[in-house]
Amino acid sequence: MTVPVILFYLFAGLAVLSALAMVANVRNTVAAAMSLVITMVSLAAIYVLLEAYLVAAIQIIVYAGAIVVLFLFVVMLLNLRSDDFPPGRQRLLKVAGAALGAFAVAELMRGAGVFPAPPPLPEGFGGYRALGIALYTDYILLVEMASLLLTAAIVGALILAKRKID
Amino acid sequence: MIPIDHVITLSAILFAIGIAGVVTRRNMIVILMSIELMLNAVNLAFVGFNRLWPGGGAGAHYDGQVFVLMVITVAAAEVSVGLGIVISMFRNRDSVDIDDVSLLKW
Repeated sequence: MTVPVILFYLFAGLAVLSALAMVANVRNTVAAAMSLVITMVSLAAIYVLLEAYLVAAIQIIVYAGAIVVLFLFVVMLLNLRSDDFPPGRQRLLKVAGAALGAFAVAELMRGAGVFPAPPPLPEGFGGYRALGIALYTDYILLVEMASLLLTAAIVGALILAKRKID
Repeated sequence: MIPIDHVITLSAILFAIGIAGVVTRRNMIVILMSIELMLNAVNLAFVGFNRLWPGGGAGAHYDGQVFVLMVITVAAAEVSVGLGIVISMFRNRDSVDIDDVSLLKW
């Protein structure tokens, strides 16, 4: 086992543990959001190991930086009491967890070696230059559609959060 | 070399955890976070497959990574609208429990 593979398993375990902590945390939504941050950062590290550098940077900036901050902002804005967090369906969660654990172990036993080893990559794979050229030539229509979508989302969020529509 | 099999397995596990969160939790903010987790699991699968088949010969292609960027865009839009819904729901019902907004349930 080389160092990147060990790092991959380390961050994979961290991601799964913090995702479980997020779902199982019934008392404190702020702590759940913090667990989500740990998951996002672990995934960004895995993206770096998979040589998707720009995606890793955007993952940190947009997910860990913007989206989770938005979650925290809303949690604190609403000022929820602890009574507002019902425990949820605990038994269902336990059954689902047991099934999931069995599935994960079975897949790890069975799954190794299904895919071939990943090939060596050309210089600059996944960097901002290569991905930027792809985005602004082959996928330019997609970029324009994303800008339209974001505009629509801003308008929608403003309308929804307004106290009175006049 | 990172084994892509295990990347895909990790993606499946994270997706299953996200589904478990959506199905079992009743706090709407946590449900939105679980949806984010599921989107992240899909992103991981995309990046893994793009690493496995990066395109050969003339030049690498980035279909998977470009798709990940689009998913992140959609996730950002979804969170802003979803949290707007949460705020207006809290304003009208004084709760973020989804059992309180079962108005459309038959």
